[in-house]
Amino acid sequence: MRQETKQNNIAFVIGASSVGTLIEWYDFYIFGMLATIISKQFFPADAGTAALLSTLAIFAAGFIVRPFGALVFGRLGDLIGRKHTFLLTLIIMGGSTFAIGLVPGYATIGWAAPILVLILRLLQGLALGGEYGGAATYVAEHAPAGQRGFWTSWIQTTATLGLFLALGIIILIRTNQGVENFSAEWGGWRYPFWISILLVGVSVLIRMRMSESPMFTKLKTEGKTSTNPLKESFGQKANFKMVLLALFGAVMGQGVVWYTGQFYAQSFIETVCKVEFVQSRNVMLIAILMATPCFVLFGWLSDKVGRKWIMLIGMLAAVLTYRPIYKEFINITSAANRTTIVDTRLTSTMTSYPIYDAKDKTKIYLKQQTDTTYYDGSIFKYYRTDTIILKAPRDETRPITLINPDMIQYSSPKPHLLVEKTMGHAAYWDMIWLVFIQIVYVTMVYGPIAAFLVEMFPTKIRYTSMSLPYHIGNGVFGGLVPFLGTLIVEFTKTSSNPAGDALAGLWYPIGVASVCFIIGLIYLTNKIDKNVMD
Amino acid sequence: MNTIKKLLGYVWMLLAPSIILFLVYEAYDKISKAPAALQSNVILQWVIILLIFTPICVGFFIFGTYASKGEYE
Repeated sequence: MRQETKQNNIAFVIGASSVGTLIEWYDFYIFGMLATIISKQFFPADAGTAALLSTLAIFAAGFIVRPFGALVFGRLGDLIGRKHTFLLTLIIMGGSTFAIGLVPGYATIGWAAPILVLILRLLQGLALGGEYGGAATYVAEHAPAGQRGFWTSWIQTTATLGLFLALGIIILIRTNQGVENFSAEWGGWRYPFWISILLVGVSVLIRMRMSESPMFTKLKTEGKTSTNPLKESFGQKANFKMVLLALFGAVMGQGVVWYTGQFYAQSFIETVCKVEFVQSRNVMLIAILMATPCFVLFGWLSDKVGRKWIMLIGMLAAVLTYRPIYKEFINITSAANRTTIVDTRLTSTMTSYPIYDAKDKTKIYLKQQTDTTYYDGSIFKYYRTDTIILKAPRDETRPITLINPDMIQYSSPKPHLLVEKTMGHAAYWDMIWLVFIQIVYVTMVYGPIAAFLVEMFPTKIRYTSMSLPYHIGNGVFGGLVPFLGTLIVEFTKTSSNPAGDALAGLWYPIGVASVCFIIGLIYLTNKIDKNVMD
Repeated sequence: MNTIKKLLGYVWMLLAPSIILFLVYEAYDKISKAPAALQSNVILQWVIILLIFTPICVGFFIFGTYASKGEYE
């Protein structure tokens, strides 16, 4: 009976901690997933790749400040307790996410738009920096000895489930609204930000019912809490060397593997492979859903065989297979080796239609769409927008078909070609499996990490000590994967190869994970600390 | 194993400043090659990268120092 009550208690602890953490991850990820739209809304319309890079930089800024959040809230958590600290982070996170959805676009308020978004993004990052360490510490301090890996692994699923929730809501709204309404200045892309306030409200109510961690309560009763957690964590060599080991021997590799599998993969499938928006997100959703139970599996396994080897094998597998996996993404989605259906009723349908420029009456855009259907069920859509400049402003009463070549000054000064691919069944599932493999690596490196970190540091400075390396590893090393990956590919672009090397961006996660693997292999111990009440 | 740990400590101590030097060189190279219209954007990107990775490399150097002194035995 007592055992059952204990199990129910820990289930509630995990449920309440997880719901809040899940929502914080949701809040954090909707920004990244909507980066392409956000770059158009909050930056000048003609900024192109520069706008996307700036948006990714704002996205990365949210990660970069996470270590500072870890310091601020970690210290608070070690001083006043876990419960109240992560209630505060939840409210800051929810409020700033909601506010991002209220910021008018660049077209309305100019440069104030990206500046406001940046400030709110920094607040999000600070809050997240304080959240995770608190939740992981809180659950670990409730978990029975010998099951810490298993119980904390539930917290680990929230990052993935938050991503899943964000993807699901975005797809749902976009499918219902259609592309144009979704991408408009006050369109559906803002709804996921607004929905966040409801989710946070529910989570705050649940967390209010939680009690303080038993280990922290005991320390507090005995008057043994730290008076200066920052000084004790980073000012004393005995602890600081463990902070450095946790960062360079485990978390930095875990961070890049996590963000490559769950973020870079989606960005690659969409921007490099040009797979259609909804299908690329469905690939991610299905793969994530299939792999999520592995978090708990590897968390449980780490209680039996130790944390070190599971994390390191995941890291090594990622290092060795990333390039073949991403090369395969390109092969699967390439037009080469595909047979076009030659029946004219089924293949290559071309539609074109003119659009008048609202301001410049000498300008007409000719939009052209060509659909090519392949035997495997894939459909590749090629979009081209040609611009026609007339010698004199057009007569609005005159149909476009009556504009003859003599009236045109020149046409197509800047033709633009966009490709959108919808993959056939087999190719679709090949992509899902390739993402699934990467998410399994994520579960191997991430499933045991909370227990691993909790066991490295003493109770009185645990929140501070584990939060900092975790958020440098994930926030800085991991969070920079999309930004640095895109930047490295940009560097490989030359006049003779304007597309650049699409796989070059992988060198960043591969390099970081390789160094981390070597350090982990040589310096980490596989011993499980049974008693974390120290 | 302890000897390897110590020797590798010196490798990390060398690697940390090498990374900073590499990043400074790349920053100079990319900024000088950037078109005038994009120069401020490129400078901003590299300032961010250098600001982030310099303290991390300092931490990496300290990690190497600890390792070389046998702190992780």
